Amino acid sequence: MKIKRVFSKSIPVTLLTILTLPIILGFLWILVSTFSSRAYGLVPVGPDGKFGGLTLSNWQFLSNKTIWLVTINTLILATGLTIGVVIVSAMAGYSLSRIKFPGRKTVLSLTLVLHAFPSATLLIAIYFVLRWISRIPILGNHIPLIGGFGYNTLGGVILVSIALQLPLGIWLMKGFFDNVSWDIERAALIDGCSRFRTWREIMMPQIKPGIAALSIFSFIQGWSSFLIPYSYMTSSSKATVATYLNNLLTESAPVNYGELAAVGLFQLIPVLIFYIFTQKYLLSIFSGGIKGTS
Amino acid sequence: MIIKLENLTKKFGKTTAVSELSLDIKDGEFVALLGPSGCGKTTTMLMIAGIYKPTGGKIVFDDKVVNQWAPKDRDVGMVFQSYALYPHMTVYQNLVYPLLLKKRPKEEMHREAQRVADLMGIGHLLERKPGQLSGGQQQRVALGRALIKKPKVLLFDEPLSNLDARLRITMRSMIKKLQKDLGITSIYVTHDQVEAMTMADRIAVMKDGILQAFTEPEDLHDRPRTLFVAQFVGNPPMNLFEVDLMKENGEMFAVLSKDILIKIPKNRLPKTEKTRIKLGIRPQDIHISSNGSIPAAINIVEPMGRDNLVLCQVNDLELQFLEDPSNKIKPGNSINIEFETDTLQFFDIETELSLLWV
Repeated sequence: MKIKRVFSKSIPVTLLTILTLPIILGFLWILVSTFSSRAYGLVPVGPDGKFGGLTLSNWQFLSNKTIWLVTINTLILATGLTIGVVIVSAMAGYSLSRIKFPGRKTVLSLTLVLHAFPSATLLIAIYFVLRWISRIPILGNHIPLIGGFGYNTLGGVILVSIALQLPLGIWLMKGFFDNVSWDIERAALIDGCSRFRTWREIMMPQIKPGIAALSIFSFIQGWSSFLIPYSYMTSSSKATVATYLNNLLTESAPVNYGELAAVGLFQLIPVLIFYIFTQKYLLSIFSGGIKGTS
Repeated sequence: MIIKLENLTKKFGKTTAVSELSLDIKDGEFVALLGPSGCGKTTTMLMIAGIYKPTGGKIVFDDKVVNQWAPKDRDVGMVFQSYALYPHMTVYQNLVYPLLLKKRPKEEMHREAQRVADLMGIGHLLERKPGQLSGGQQQRVALGRALIKKPKVLLFDEPLSNLDARLRITMRSMIKKLQKDLGITSIYVTHDQVEAMTMADRIAVMKDGILQAFTEPEDLHDRPRTLFVAQFVGNPPMNLFEVDLMKENGEMFAVLSKDILIKIPKNRLPKTEKTRIKLGIRPQDIHISSNGSIPAAINIVEPMGRDNLVLCQVNDLELQFLEDPSNKIKPGNSINIEFETDTLQFFDIETELSLLWV
């Protein structure tokens, strides 16, 4: 009995170990590389080819003003994306779950199609849209903090990222709302709530786990997004950490892999911390998102 | 408040949930909507609450047509089967939420919460969350929340269905007493005929969205207008058989089976020309009698405490009746029974309408 249990446990563990080994090795390489001037495999080596050459010089980029500007940009992008996605998804998800209106089914299936649509194919079309928005006074590119919603602004990138993230968010929120009992909502309406207030004060608290999961998911998505910022924010002062990382790779000078690893690790740290504390909520997207966990 | 429903109709797409329903509910009356699940009783209630908009007909509160009024303007309180308490709020917050929405001052909210909590006996639970309460406690909180705004109409949607049998009986009398004390016009949806019979002043029986009867409990029980009402109301259910009518020497007889004749008293003659009709008799109106004219073989005896429910065979007919346990009859026994003929019911087989009361 006991042997059988150990056996049945050891198979998945072994399999998972083998499968995750390349990833773990990759992370180890990053960690080692950031603290050495040169690495031979996983072993840091000095100029003489023997073990040694440990250094902190790879982390010198932290004293550079650019990295902090870029970090703040990324933070604004991730936060803006999160707020936008959560608000719009929660409202749209509620309507799709609760209100009967003509075209409801169409909207639902269209969002599903959009979710499956590869965003890369839209890059050029979106470019023209953003150029057009740029021509709108103030809204285009004269808003403090995010620059505006046009081309080559942080706001524009946020806008596009929100749009691409919405299908997932709306379906997720609809799923969570579907699982809240109608009776609670009816009770609120009879108690004297307006529809909007019911949504805000009664319904939203019931789907807190869903909101938490979607926020974390969107934040991490925004933090590590590359394609959209890379395509629509061309000036280096508006780069995000991901595009900054890419610049290190494509500079004409020989690539400094140590520094590259260090910046990579720097980008990774917030994500890792986030994951550790919020795994529970994220899991509810995948395991309970359809069934709901309210 | 007087509530009038006039030809109220609700359709969902092509299906009709409620059809041409008309009811007159008096001020302070306790009316039960009784029917099997899916008969449209909850739909009717939600239309009165303002959650559903009627497809046709009118809902009148006192003299005002309220069809288009939002739920919050209707001054109704509602208690749900699922309690529908707000899980993220404490009991106190749940109770005062209707007052909060009416922007009442803090002191009043506090005073009213105290009053309702005392009334419901939930004063010690005010700081808890609904999830920490038992079903009965949750239902009392829900009732308190419905009462706190002093509504003109109280709606109950199967409020006791999720409670255990004992608690159901105490809550039943509590709700009934409360309703009488407060004198609030109340509508109570249930599929449990015992609940309806014991609590309501009048019962509206519904089937497939159509009103079958609307009358006092005794009347419903003793003078069922339709076959459905006869079957649905009363526990254990009425025995029903198809019989032939036969006239002899100016007397009317029902031929129960082969040579078993039942003489129909003058005051119970079915108003029909047909000769094949349905006869109904309630289990409590059949008795064992040594000189009874109907021979029966006992199949099953179910002890129910005060009475035994006896299932027996009369030729090819099965019927059940209630009998005093002291008679000590056993399965396999052969006995004679007789019908209390002045309680007989007759129904038309095609129209399913009563041949006595319609």
